[in-house]
Amino acid sequence: MKQILIASVEDKPGVLNRVSSLFRRRNFNIESLAVGHSEVPGVSRMTIVTDEVEQLRRAIVRSNVEKLVNVIEVDDVTDLPCVVRETALIKVTADTTKRREVMDFAEMYRARIVDVANETLIVEITGESSKIDALIEVLTPIGISEIMRTGKIAMRRGAVAPRTNGATA
Amino acid sequence: MGKKLRGADIVWESLVEEGVEVVFGYPGGAILPAYDALNNYREKIHHVLVRHEQGATHMADGYARASGKVGCAMATSGPGATNMVTGLATAMLDSSPIVCITGQVPSGAIGGDAFQEVDVTGVTIPVTKHNYLVTDVNEIASTIREAFYVARTGRPGPVLVDITKDALNAVIEDFEYPTYTISLPGYKPPAPVTNEQVVAALELINKAKKPVILAGHGVLISGAMNEVLELSRKGNIPVTTTLLGIGGVPASHPLNMGMMGMHGEACANHAIQEADLLIACGMRFDDRVTGNVSTYSPNSKKIHIEIDPTEINKNIKVDIALNTDLMVALRQINPGVTFNDRSEWLHRIRDWQEDANQRDILQMKTPTLMAAQAIRAIWEGTAGNALVVSDVGQHQMLECQYYQHESPYTLLTSGGLGTMGFSVPAAIGASFHKQDREIWVIVGDGCVQMTIMEFATAVQENANIKICIINNGYLGMVRQWQQLFYDARYAETPISSPDYVKLADAYGMPGYRVSKLEDAIPTMRKAQEHKGPVVIEFVVEQHDMVYPMVPAGADLHAMIRRPHRQFAEMEM
Repeated sequence: MKQILIASVEDKPGVLNRVSSLFRRRNFNIESLAVGHSEVPGVSRMTIVTDEVEQLRRAIVRSNVEKLVNVIEVDDVTDLPCVVRETALIKVTADTTKRREVMDFAEMYRARIVDVANETLIVEITGESSKIDALIEVLTPIGISEIMRTGKIAMRRGAVAPRTNGATA
Repeated sequence: MGKKLRGADIVWESLVEEGVEVVFGYPGGAILPAYDALNNYREKIHHVLVRHEQGATHMADGYARASGKVGCAMATSGPGATNMVTGLATAMLDSSPIVCITGQVPSGAIGGDAFQEVDVTGVTIPVTKHNYLVTDVNEIASTIREAFYVARTGRPGPVLVDITKDALNAVIEDFEYPTYTISLPGYKPPAPVTNEQVVAALELINKAKKPVILAGHGVLISGAMNEVLELSRKGNIPVTTTLLGIGGVPASHPLNMGMMGMHGEACANHAIQEADLLIACGMRFDDRVTGNVSTYSPNSKKIHIEIDPTEINKNIKVDIALNTDLMVALRQINPGVTFNDRSEWLHRIRDWQEDANQRDILQMKTPTLMAAQAIRAIWEGTAGNALVVSDVGQHQMLECQYYQHESPYTLLTSGGLGTMGFSVPAAIGASFHKQDREIWVIVGDGCVQMTIMEFATAVQENANIKICIINNGYLGMVRQWQQLFYDARYAETPISSPDYVKLADAYGMPGYRVSKLEDAIPTMRKAQEHKGPVVIEFVVEQHDMVYPMVPAGADLHAMIRRPHRQFAEMEM
């Protein structure tokens, strides 16, 4: 199982660089990294997925990220109940004869068609990464010309919130 | 009501408020406003003009290590700042608190490859504890204040503050230095350890038959010398130190085995390997002290007291981790430590020590002046009371073996990074910390030529440092590796030197040459009489090696030892 970290960081220039530089410098591998604003002004939240599997190594990765001055706190949610999602945009090469097939697959996977052009369709899908992988697999024979994935974002289930959330502090 | 001040003046105002007495630096384009403002602060801060910005960082570092205060260096943008990278990395690896202030091109020009523009905060992320880019005059004081706080707290380290020229030139109408308590959301001092952890540690300590205390740099940084000594005395537990832990425990303490690791004392390495308990105090199991980690101290339980959580289980897996300040932890632990006879264990260590004594080069009749003898003479000539600043290589390891340090903060050396050229500038920096100790530099002929331009700084400041160049005509440690591991195929290790006596004269300081042991002390006496920098070149035997030696990656007990009667044949 991949390691999933949720990091609350100060929303300042260069913080993403500090985090990614740390992973490179310490020879940790980032599988994916997604970042955006949080519910607290001035705080951004990152979901970082690493390929570390061993507990001691995971603890070292976590403490290294947390040691960065601009990182407020880090939660290792790998083994905790949480919702993990990823979004992908998949551009499929499909003329009018193949459109129906693409739309059928999209419906089966609860994906949406968000753009239609003469020769292409863009399919948007949100879900667990394995579901996205499966849709890509069935669309590949039709012809995929471009894929854009966000990387995973994660949130713990239930009434637990990061310390940075003033409401529950 | 505050004062009307320029950003450049605010820089110095902030340094004064942070207690800075001396700044080591070099002017240039982007930092020019700050140098202009320096003229308003001459009475409060002394500025030392270095000859290369690397020297400024080592001076700030040396000052910090000698004084326990934060050292401060200043440089201009671009090449001025990039010249600081080696010094920042040196301070980073050795947890030395320094703040470097660099000028940056005006904020509007950033990103446009302006003259002398380099992304300094980007370049220095990996070699600083933290860094800042300041583009707003209103943030200069708060940022410098925060930089000093981050540098000196927790595990100390270097912090860089890059300030744009427009921020230095801008004016604040109503300036007051901030006084609020600094609270950074992502920077937390460690909490004391829990009682359960203390009980668990005590159980291991009190029942151990063959324990060893590993005393690292953290002992000195935390100021936990008395606590470590108390742990050792109370439990009758032998101690060994890391390179940077030297001085944390008096060399004459009967339970002090000396330094551990690659060129450590054989008894210390054997004791670590046979121990049933290691109590690691403020050290990080660097590869130079562990050798092969998979065979390192295989039968011991391990307690790791360490302020930096990222060091725990990094190199060596430990059984109990106490993630807090060493002094705090030991004050929690020591009351529960019981005395234990352990005579069998201590006898075993004494046997190893006796064997080592017989192999000691000082017991041998040698054909010429040996580096080890020169260093022992420096110890005698300074009555063991000097602040020694050593460089990197054979002379550094011999210093650890032959200069007996009784007091903390009396050995400054580049440990983690192994920065050749550290010693002369670091000693100049240390000389600005008011103290009674003489400052003696022990430096090789390779190292001294790396930062030799700082001789001029030493003379200009009349820094009272005595520079002992141990000249064997080689990059000795590299030559030793070539001899042992590359079939003596010497590649680029023989190195020529200038005439150091003439060079000293050219720089305007006394210079002496010693090639016989009996001349060492009398020459030192002449150097001691001169208040100011002096060079003494010791011309030593060229091919001797540092023993014992654990080859890189070998088992810690697999030491190459000096033969018992190495020089017997030469006597015939």
